[in-house]
Amino acid sequence: MLRSLKLEPEKCTGCLQCEMACSYEQEGVFNPAKSRIKVFTFHHEGVFAPYTCTQCDEAWCMHACPVDAIVVNAATGSKDVLNDVCVGCKVCTIACPFGTVNYNQDTGKVIKCDLCGGDPACAKACPTEAITYVDADQTGLERMRAYAAQSAQISPGS
Amino acid sequence: MAWTGKILRVDLSSGTCIAEPLNMEWATQYLGQRGLASKYLSEEIDPTVDALSAGNKFIMVTGPLTGTMASTGGRYSVVTKSPLTGTIACSNSGGFIGAEMKNAGWDMIIFEGKADSPVYLYLENEKAELLPADDLWGLSVWATDEALHRKHQDPQLRIACVGRSAEAGCLYAGVINDLHRAAGRSGVGTVMASKNLKAVAVRGTRGVGNIKDPVGFMQATEAAKQVLADNAVTSQGLPTYGTQVLMNVINEVGAMPTRNMREVRFEGASNISGEAMHEPRKSDGKPNLVTNAACFGCTIACGRISTIDKGHFTVKNKPEYWGASGGLEYEAAWALGSDTGVDDLDALTYVNFLCNEDGFDPISFGATVAAAMELFEMGVLTEKDTGGLEMRFGSAEALTRSAELTMTGEGFGKELGLGSKRLCEKYGHPELSMTVKGQEFPAYDPRGIQGMGLAYATSNRGACHLRGYTVSSEVMGIPEKTDPLVTDGKAGLVKAFQDATAAVDSAGLCIFTTFAWTLADIAPQIDAACEGGWTMEKLAEVGERIWNLERDFNLAAGLTGKDDTLPKRLLKDAANTGPAQGRVNELDKMLPEYYELRGWNVEGVPTESTRQRLGL
Repeated sequence: MLRSLKLEPEKCTGCLQCEMACSYEQEGVFNPAKSRIKVFTFHHEGVFAPYTCTQCDEAWCMHACPVDAIVVNAATGSKDVLNDVCVGCKVCTIACPFGTVNYNQDTGKVIKCDLCGGDPACAKACPTEAITYVDADQTGLERMRAYAAQSAQISPGS
Repeated sequence: MAWTGKILRVDLSSGTCIAEPLNMEWATQYLGQRGLASKYLSEEIDPTVDALSAGNKFIMVTGPLTGTMASTGGRYSVVTKSPLTGTIACSNSGGFIGAEMKNAGWDMIIFEGKADSPVYLYLENEKAELLPADDLWGLSVWATDEALHRKHQDPQLRIACVGRSAEAGCLYAGVINDLHRAAGRSGVGTVMASKNLKAVAVRGTRGVGNIKDPVGFMQATEAAKQVLADNAVTSQGLPTYGTQVLMNVINEVGAMPTRNMREVRFEGASNISGEAMHEPRKSDGKPNLVTNAACFGCTIACGRISTIDKGHFTVKNKPEYWGASGGLEYEAAWALGSDTGVDDLDALTYVNFLCNEDGFDPISFGATVAAAMELFEMGVLTEKDTGGLEMRFGSAEALTRSAELTMTGEGFGKELGLGSKRLCEKYGHPELSMTVKGQEFPAYDPRGIQGMGLAYATSNRGACHLRGYTVSSEVMGIPEKTDPLVTDGKAGLVKAFQDATAAVDSAGLCIFTTFAWTLADIAPQIDAACEGGWTMEKLAEVGERIWNLERDFNLAAGLTGKDDTLPKRLLKDAANTGPAQGRVNELDKMLPEYYELRGWNVEGVPTESTRQRLGL
């Protein structure tokens, strides 16, 4: 079963545990600046929203890469950067419509979410389940359930 | 080691920024943050120095766990000599700038001297420079934050700064970071402004590594997070209601200081409680509370993000206050509400916004307004003095107008900005100032919670709930229940809380974790991160060392055991209602035993053997 990261801003408190977990997993240090997942604060609205790569099937970044440094991980469906091949041209960062591929000036390579090889550290670290790793075909299931409950006039919690 | 091992020394007089190695011997004796910076301050300044002179220093400091995945590991402190109390001051804040400092590679920044004209520090990893801030001087915290983000074109810049209240000389101005988190008490912002230092803007991309035992650290922090997730206070009470979970609880036990502490219960408490913040408003059907929010790394998330009713008289024609911002914590709700007799939730939220916007402490401000209201109702303070303001208990107009004046030091706001002690002295009634060592009380009446009386009287920064929060034990039964009306055993309880708190405040962690954690949960996290063999016992000893170091500073600054007291009202006038009815605070029954347990002589001075035992 392929799984996807499911992000729910309404549950996020903006604590950045995900950013630390990500950077620790990927870089070996706690460093939000190098995190592949980012939490955005919309101050006036009082909203915190985590955001990261959705692992497009026809990934713009992958198709744009002139040296084939971005490849599909067959086990997880993630699009992974091959550091040895990446030349740091940044074309993928332009191609990605969502901004989730970024250049790392310390290494001269690009960085993006690779689902930690199938066990994403961000989801494990999130204290409020704003980030979960669920069946890729069923990311809308909980929301459907809530609306189903509403139409059946059952309180969503029950 | 989780320290970066590097401190930045900024000489504002000469304009230089120089990196220095951290004194690792002091780090193993004082851990970090509060303890470590207090050691530096004690070594580097004359305790008798005028707090607002160039001779005082202003230190921003992180703890070893700041910037790590330990839950709540994002704290930083400001340590300096307080202009409000004349004591050593340490104000602790969350938000994000502490972790950013650490990510930029610094444990501590020491500011010394005074700049000729306004400046701000721009810190980008190793690069540190003082830049002109003439165009920022006279701006609020919020406007400064916006201007710096725009100037540097970096939305990820973290900013701490002072507002107009500090510039105007308000003695309880704080340093605000990340728009609405505050190193709020004791006038640390006033010191910052006195140095012509408007802001500190930090961008750190180096990360925090250097963990002694990374695998052990991840295990220890994971286990500790589970303890927070399993505890009702830290997993339900605080996220749902914030510290405002206490409003109704403390009112019920008859320890809610009301109308300048004349009374111990507030009839309007439920209208300004955490529960009330959840209730839909009549006007737009939305509650005051928009969401809860976390500081860096915090898995509790007690922060309040609130809105004000757009139709409320305070903001009717001011759309700039219609968005969401930092809402009421219990201390602010109490001081602005119960202590002034105002139970208008929107008015309180508005004043809370102003306190953040221009950086002044809502506790000291609310308590000073309360004192002014009592003086006014006695006829001692008149409309001539207040510029026409009718300072009556319960008046939301008087409260909100007072805040608008204090935020810029205009008219009567200038006097309110000097605090309750100076106000009451000026009008000939020093006994009406509800302060210890010149600092206003927080939200627990010590007639109803006896241990807190001793905690206030002996606190090293004047009246404060965050130096030894025995409310935990006396009201909530954490870690074990003691009777709030009994004095027996409270000397030991206060000492244990004070020492443990000093250790937590030095680690980079938030004291709110201790609703669930004890030192047994904290020690393994520090020990896995830092060299030095950090056991519970060592942490308690470090806490005790810090407490005595702060005490020594204050004694050298000219304070004595005579300052370890409470206002007469709390020692002589009995509580008029509730479970504590008929009681005063029996400080005299607790203080001598406390001195003895501390290893101090009868005058409250640490003995030579105590100093030797603690390596002072």
